[in-house]
Amino acid sequence: MRLSVTNLAVRRSGRRIFAGLSFALGPGEALMVTGRNGAGKSTLLAVLAGRLKPDAGEVRVAEVGEASLPECLHVVGHRDGLKSALTAEENLAFARDLLGAPALAPAEALAEMGLAHALRLPVAYLSAGQRRRVALARLLVCRRPLWLLDEPTAALDTASQAVLAHLMARHRAGGGLVVAATHQGLGLADARELRIERPVPPAAGGPGDAAWDAAETVA
Amino acid sequence: MISAFRALVARDLTLAARVGGSGALSLVFFLMIVALVPFALGPDLNLLSRIGPAILWLAAVLATLIGLDRLFQADEEDGSLDLMTGAPAPLEVVVLAKVAAHWLTTGLPLALASPLFGLLVALDGTAMAATALTLLVGTPALTFVGAVGAALTASIRRGGLILAVLVLPLMIPTLIFGVSAAQSAIGGTVPFATPLTILAALSLIAAVVGTLAAAAALRWSE
Amino acid sequence: MTASLWTRLSNPGHFLRWSGAAGPWLAGLSALTLGLGLYLSWFVAPPDYQQGETVRIMFIHVPAAWLGVFFYGSMTLSAIGTLVWRHPLADVAQRAAAPIGAAFTLVCLVTGSLWGKPMWGTYWVWDARLTSMLVLLLIYCGIIALWRTMEDPNRAARAVAILTLVGAVNLPIIKFSVNWWSTLHQPASILRMGGPTIDPSMLYPLLTMILAATILGVTLHLYAMRTEILRRRVRTLTIREAERLDAGAPTLVPAPAGAAPLGQAL
Repeated sequence: MRLSVTNLAVRRSGRRIFAGLSFALGPGEALMVTGRNGAGKSTLLAVLAGRLKPDAGEVRVAEVGEASLPECLHVVGHRDGLKSALTAEENLAFARDLLGAPALAPAEALAEMGLAHALRLPVAYLSAGQRRRVALARLLVCRRPLWLLDEPTAALDTASQAVLAHLMARHRAGGGLVVAATHQGLGLADARELRIERPVPPAAGGPGDAAWDAAETVA
Repeated sequence: MISAFRALVARDLTLAARVGGSGALSLVFFLMIVALVPFALGPDLNLLSRIGPAILWLAAVLATLIGLDRLFQADEEDGSLDLMTGAPAPLEVVVLAKVAAHWLTTGLPLALASPLFGLLVALDGTAMAATALTLLVGTPALTFVGAVGAALTASIRRGGLILAVLVLPLMIPTLIFGVSAAQSAIGGTVPFATPLTILAALSLIAAVVGTLAAAAALRWSE
Repeated sequence: MTASLWTRLSNPGHFLRWSGAAGPWLAGLSALTLGLGLYLSWFVAPPDYQQGETVRIMFIHVPAAWLGVFFYGSMTLSAIGTLVWRHPLADVAQRAAAPIGAAFTLVCLVTGSLWGKPMWGTYWVWDARLTSMLVLLLIYCGIIALWRTMEDPNRAARAVAILTLVGAVNLPIIKFSVNWWSTLHQPASILRMGGPTIDPSMLYPLLTMILAATILGVTLHLYAMRTEILRRRVRTLTIREAERLDAGAPTLVPAPAGAAPLGQAL
């Protein structure tokens, strides 16, 4: 699969998050999205996941057949998408049935994440790190070429971070793509980096100019 | 698509059974309203049996609102909704599955329990059966209309009150024909079948409009 | 030609200019027609042989009812404009229309109830038309409430547009079911308002009043749209200002060597 983003611009609540963002990723490539808090890393991932409509620019996929972009990606973010009342196995089985393209069985996927013992435990009993690992196990339960990870190492200990790094390497070796928003390194070898910086509006600019600009945003 | 539908229904039913949330609660609420009415009107059994179907229907409309605000909000908060938008099945199927599961845990128990509660307002056998049947046919309309409001307010904190304000006016036709069908079964000038057929039609219209509108509201809800 | 004219007129900047020019004229016109209509309905139209002077309430009541429905119709069109064409002016138009439509619906209900007192002996009768208008008012309230709970205008616009369309599908059903309900519960002996049997001596004042009220409503709508556009400009400018002040804050450390920045935000 190939992913190309051209000239992307997003506003939320009238606030410009970023503009003029372009990149392209081919099979096996990874992209690290960095930038300070509030710079728009999560927003970019939301646009890629199809949850947020960009105000300008486009996101394209190729070499995936007829599937649309949201159908060929996994999202693991701050909100882990797990139901506390269901067991880890039930959560993963639900994700597999909903998303299709089954790969590993829930038990195998949890074992890879070192959580085999949590198979029949309700997710409510798990710690934040364990929940994150259950969410990451979803990556293995269904086969999808693009992984969108938002701060995937948050709440993970060093051993689990190593497991994640290993999984990402294997995914990329199989032709998969990874886009990860992160503060710290992820152990992504030869990953490219996209730094999103706060937009700097033109310092000069009379009030008339600004008023016209504001009219344009309404337009 | 079928497997996604089945998985969603199964998951929501399991959740409802485990968390023991809205389903049982709306039944209790239903009972509570039915129990309150005699305190307001007096224990005149003749009067109660005459307005019994109306009481049951009013209670059903209000009880439908219980738990409706969490229908999509719970999934929106924990990120499950992102999972669902990424599913190959269209969002309409997701909405349909979730609403079906919600109806199975709230609307259906209400309809099934209504004969029992009919005893409290001195309904005779025919009236009880008729009221239960109208509730069975009509509560899907209430749930689907409610689902639109639930989808619109999914991302609003404390959306419960605004949800009620949004959907209650839209539930008026269902209420009118539900009560009218139940009343006509125990006497009246209108044959039972006429309002019942219209009630069924309302449920079908609500199913189509509600599914499309709720899916549209959830899409790009951010 | 018409399409390009429409595009030009509906650009917010252009809209502000032409509506600013047209506003006073429309206001004057509505004052003129309203004066004429009120004169006709107070001094020219004869009192009804049955209802006496109270029939004059009709000259306010009927136009208000018409505008209550008219603005819901225009909101429905705007909702389609928002959802299908994502036109920003459509959602401004919709937002501006809701309170005006609600106000006219309320006027219709109040005058209807005042008219009901001498006619029916009570301020409120569950008459099919009054009940339908009451439900319409409730739907207006829901729409306004939904708008007030969402801070981001774009998100609110979509949500309100969907709600408006669902309401538009429902309104005929509500009208139909209220009529059914009303005939079921009371004999159809209710006073008929308006209707084709009205005498010309009352019809022309009434038509004048309807025209006057429509012009007044459109004028109010135009001004409300201008206010809404200006309000959004203020909002955008405030956000811009906050962004500009924020830009002075400390920036990032330089990118680590080896990592190739692919693109940078503006």
